[in-house]
Amino acid sequence: MIRLFALLMGALFGAGLYVAGMTDPAKVQSFLDITGHWDPSLIFVMGAGIPVAAMGYWLMRSRGETLLHQPLLDLTASAIDRPLVMGSVLFGLGWGLGGFCPGPGLASLLLQPTTAGMFVLAMVVGMLGHDRLIKS
Amino acid sequence: MTEFTPISAAVGGGLIGLSAAIGYLALGKVTGISGIFGRALNGDMGFGQWGLFFLIGLIGMPAVMHALAPSEHGFTAPAPVLVVLAGLLVGVGTRMGSGCTSGHGICGMARLSIRSVAATVIFVGSGVVMVAVLRHVFGVIA
Repeated sequence: MIRLFALLMGALFGAGLYVAGMTDPAKVQSFLDITGHWDPSLIFVMGAGIPVAAMGYWLMRSRGETLLHQPLLDLTASAIDRPLVMGSVLFGLGWGLGGFCPGPGLASLLLQPTTAGMFVLAMVVGMLGHDRLIKS
Repeated sequence: MTEFTPISAAVGGGLIGLSAAIGYLALGKVTGISGIFGRALNGDMGFGQWGLFFLIGLIGMPAVMHALAPSEHGFTAPAPVLVVLAGLLVGVGTRMGSGCTSGHGICGMARLSIRSVAATVIFVGSGVVMVAVLRHVFGVIA
């Protein structure tokens, strides 16, 4: 059951990225291009996505348990600390540079194997490099 | 330069939000791609290997959609050297900052997490700076 839910979640997420055009790096860069030909479309992705996600969160909280009887969200960090700020700065620079964030990079793998493959491979190196060398 | 497409953006955003809502409601988890993928790289697929099945759906579905109902959007990527550099920055940055556009931008914003609001403001900000530099300093963006 967990696997079915997870597969469904992944498929919905992948479909959403594809439909919204987030799998086109130019679309993402145009959203960030406020000093040029700005395309505000991606505001609508967040504007629709956040309230729907918030409903799921609210339902989880008000029920006090999850449908699959898993523990509720176990997040520990609460402060805006240095790694959060530094990491977000670096991520944003990369996001603007390539027009890919992690989801669209993975979601583009089968349709644009060369470009998305290069991005994902470099992302893997960056992630493992961070986890093994910086935070170890 | 791309066209303004609010309807497909909102439909896509709704689907992404639905995925995140199920993540909270059914699994009690944050549907953050850098977290799911990063943990998987370190051999942690989550309970019931849900991370692995999520990634299969995420990677497979766009290809299914493309075959059945191709989207109106194209695919234009920067030069390979920029894509590789971008991948490195995104990899290090998302692991250091504990999240990306999905985990912070959608899931975290949805529960009004102060960390996620801060992260989202910061990464959109540095993304805007990067694109402005690409456009005005290097003339890479049309």
